[in-house]
Amino acid sequence: MITLRDVHKSFGPKAVLRGVDLTLPKGQSMVIIGGSGTGKSVLLKCILGLIKPDSGMIEVSGAAAQDRDAFLAQFGMLFQGGALFDSLPVWQNVAFRLLRGSLKRPKEEARAIALEKLRRVGLSAEVADLFPAELSGGMQKRVGLARAIAAEPDIIFFDEPTTGLDPIMSGVINDLIREIVVEMGATAMTITHDMRSVRAIADQVAMLHDGKIRWCGPIAEMDHSDDAYLSQFITGSAIGPIESVR
Amino acid sequence: MPALALPFTLIGRTTLAILATIGQVTLFALSTLSHLLRPPFYFREFLSALMNIGWYSLPVVGLTAFFTGGALALQIYSGGARFNAEAVVPSIVAIGMVRELGPVLGGLMVAARVASSIAAEIGTMKVTEQIDALVTLSTHPMKYLTVPRVLAATLAVPVLVAIGDIIGIMGGFVIGTGRLGFNESVYLQNTVDFLEPWDIGSGLVKGAVFGFIVATMGCYYGMSSGRGAQGVGRATKSAVVAASVLILAANYILTEAFFSA
Repeated sequence: MITLRDVHKSFGPKAVLRGVDLTLPKGQSMVIIGGSGTGKSVLLKCILGLIKPDSGMIEVSGAAAQDRDAFLAQFGMLFQGGALFDSLPVWQNVAFRLLRGSLKRPKEEARAIALEKLRRVGLSAEVADLFPAELSGGMQKRVGLARAIAAEPDIIFFDEPTTGLDPIMSGVINDLIREIVVEMGATAMTITHDMRSVRAIADQVAMLHDGKIRWCGPIAEMDHSDDAYLSQFITGSAIGPIESVR
Repeated sequence: MPALALPFTLIGRTTLAILATIGQVTLFALSTLSHLLRPPFYFREFLSALMNIGWYSLPVVGLTAFFTGGALALQIYSGGARFNAEAVVPSIVAIGMVRELGPVLGGLMVAARVASSIAAEIGTMKVTEQIDALVTLSTHPMKYLTVPRVLAATLAVPVLVAIGDIIGIMGGFVIGTGRLGFNESVYLQNTVDFLEPWDIGSGLVKGAVFGFIVATMGCYYGMSSGRGAQGVGRATKSAVVAASVLILAANYILTEAFFSA
């Protein structure tokens, strides 16, 4: 379970998070939605420890995120642009965690796991020895997904998983994420503004607006909410309480 | 603000910015040294950095040294002729190369080639979230990216300097014997006779310091790169300028420390 209590973060005079309270139950898939620049990525990076919050508390499985290594060992993350390491072939990207550190395995075993994870995301073994620059955007996303699940993490974060992909590839990635999260029983947190992804991935939806959680609830209740901000966001209307020009 | 205060404000702001950068670079260098002493150590990344920094810099350092040695021989011969001291060409070329020109020009060439490449690579990794990805994969960016490069440069540049010294002296030898009419064995004998071990050792120590400076500047500016192509471009430029200036400043300080009477 991931719990955030009254998390604040400012960059200079700009307050990005103004008291975020959020609970993500174990084994659930939560999607955080919100307009561009509302602090979704900052929130994710605060949980990961990449950005230090100014105040507030973040707990994972009931323990504060003090021991960074133990905290990160349970995580897998798919980055918006893939964030694959250019200098390493695909299989070494996927097996990065298995080739070094506390989870280190023999090279052959790490490669076998990488090939299995690549197969799981629909990529053949021929891709394994290519370099990331030789792959299309969709293939890079899949490799990023394979890397995120390579060490069988308990918690997986997805940062804008379908940004920059065509609708068909977006659908493929959404389905893969859903299948993997269910199959692994992992706790998942996704940030996106793609409502198709939200409907495909989410058990729970939280809307971040003006530095706070504006609405949070099960996906089934999202379309029936009477929150004007949420309604405007999911319908994509230019008219409503959310200013369309920021 | 009154117009008269503007120059003072600018001076103050620039001074504070310079002091802040000096402080940040010092902390970064100390952090690198502290990570160098604590495991884990990424040996493959170290070997890769050693190849990139050492082996691939060899042609540019060698060519620079050869032409510098040749030009130095011509200059010393031409200058020495004014007071009948043409015979000092072999010894002055050797001493000049191993004490000053070998380390400084080698360091500057490595700064141009390596500091820029490190800053651009790490800067691009930063803007494409690869450094964040390293953290989420339980890998400390300082240990994985900075320590192998800094250690490789600190070890590789003295070797490059030593090779550059030999090639530079050979450049002087080729010009001295081919153009200036020196006898080959006399030239070599004069070179060996006038060189002292500390002449060579001081140049190698300088090389190690310059290597540390080059890689530290490349890593520091790469890690603090701004967003986008412009941010990476600025980081690359700053790394080369800072490394070059620091090499020249460190060269003076080391020369003062080693050779002042």
